[in-house]
Amino acid sequence: MSETTVGAETKAFQPRIVAFFCNWCTYTAADLAGTARMTHAPNARVIRLMCSGRLDPQFVVSALSRGADGVLIGGCHPGDCHYQEGNYKALRRVVLLKRLLATLGIEGERVRLEWISASEGDRVQRVMNEMAEDLRRLGPLRLSEPPALFHALAAHAADGADAPVAAVTEAAS
Amino acid sequence: MSKPKVGFYWCASCGGCEEAVVDLAEEILGVVEAVEIAFWPVAMDFKRADVEAMRDGELAVTFLNGAIRTSEQEEMAELMRRKSQVLIAFGSCSHLGGVPGLANLFDKEAIFENDYRTVPSVADGDGTRPLEETKVREGTLHLPAFRDTVRTLDQTVEVDYYLPGCPPPVRLVREALAAILAGKLPPKGAVLAPDVALCDECPRKPSKPDKLLIKEFKRPHQITLDPEECLLAQGLLCLGPATRSGCDAACISANMPCTGCLGPTGRVRDYGAKALSAIASGLDANVEEEIAALMDGVVDPVGTFYRYSLPASLMRRKVRPAVEGKEGERT
Repeated sequence: MSETTVGAETKAFQPRIVAFFCNWCTYTAADLAGTARMTHAPNARVIRLMCSGRLDPQFVVSALSRGADGVLIGGCHPGDCHYQEGNYKALRRVVLLKRLLATLGIEGERVRLEWISASEGDRVQRVMNEMAEDLRRLGPLRLSEPPALFHALAAHAADGADAPVAAVTEAAS
Repeated sequence: MSKPKVGFYWCASCGGCEEAVVDLAEEILGVVEAVEIAFWPVAMDFKRADVEAMRDGELAVTFLNGAIRTSEQEEMAELMRRKSQVLIAFGSCSHLGGVPGLANLFDKEAIFENDYRTVPSVADGDGTRPLEETKVREGTLHLPAFRDTVRTLDQTVEVDYYLPGCPPPVRLVREALAAILAGKLPPKGAVLAPDVALCDECPRKPSKPDKLLIKEFKRPHQITLDPEECLLAQGLLCLGPATRSGCDAACISANMPCTGCLGPTGRVRDYGAKALSAIASGLDANVEEEIAALMDGVVDPVGTFYRYSLPASLMRRKVRPAVEGKEGERT
């Protein structure tokens, strides 16, 4: 691939980010960024959790395997968790998860954990912009295309079958 | 009325699942009395042509162990599916991909390069690799195609039930056989094992602290283990909290930690991610550097958390750098 093609592709590519923000700090900060009319990259779909400690690592792999190019997790600063220690749990999980994902060929920049307090709307703006830029540089997350049967089984799983069938996922994009 | 016909077959597996059937010991005589074994190439003389000659659905049940890696295994899985009324994925490999599924950290090219060229036990020879077609004087020889990705049985054909474990515990095999013979099978798609975590049936449960505070991960050869105390409390990476029960805590009774062979409970979609979550929550560290240092004790995260389930995981395999124009061809 020549330099120019890379440049052209990077320009056209808009990364998809799934963001998990805690209710008490980061989500409120994102709200603040909105009310303050701060502009930032529009690439993230924000999902509100009550606490970053609610973040099941399955949410992250699920997002990545279903077409997200990156996952952003936002929680309260250490010591500020509304539930005392949920953000510490999130930190431990994310540190270990990133090691696991690295072995599976997923770049560290694709999963990002940030502490953003309710008053830090500007930080939401900065982090969103940075992450979108990082992912634009990395390019889309290309997972192997599942065989045709995966689609059928994913549909079957949606009908409420038991776990092993449900473990089958649909195509990445 | 003639006896119902039963088949056993293996794909990418080690043979341990066949042992699990034999481990029924004298009870197998009762099984043979109730059913007719119509296909079991490991133990008895049957050929593929024998199955091909059967009418569709002639086998009442087939127990198929092993993951799916080659085109020949795909064909056999499809054949057994067609000839069987009930197809049971037997053991971790056909259920979740199993240990052979860890090959999904590589692809065909990397595996062939290693196994036929760079591995120290191979002399630098003429670079011979298995080919799907080889022409010799007498004609053309064929070998099955070797796929890039290991699959579970239910990623290949439709599966009715799952018997989990590496190998499935004898008790579960016995209970499954009894349920089949009595016609009392649960709804299709069920895993034929209890749907609770192993900690629930662990003999060391009383010594599991309410709040785990793991300060350092130790490996079994590094410490003298207390035979009674919760292994997690002793700093061992035991996957009991995330693993389905049904094994009567066999490994733990032998003073070894659970490695997760029975896979997840019913509500978990990705075993490795959930197991990782359970273990990470129990660490006694809140600062990133401390956490990172503690995590160094988890020597091989994928091999630890996805030891039996990488192909069934949401990621399925290691992400490959995109190869232009080849994406559609890879399987």
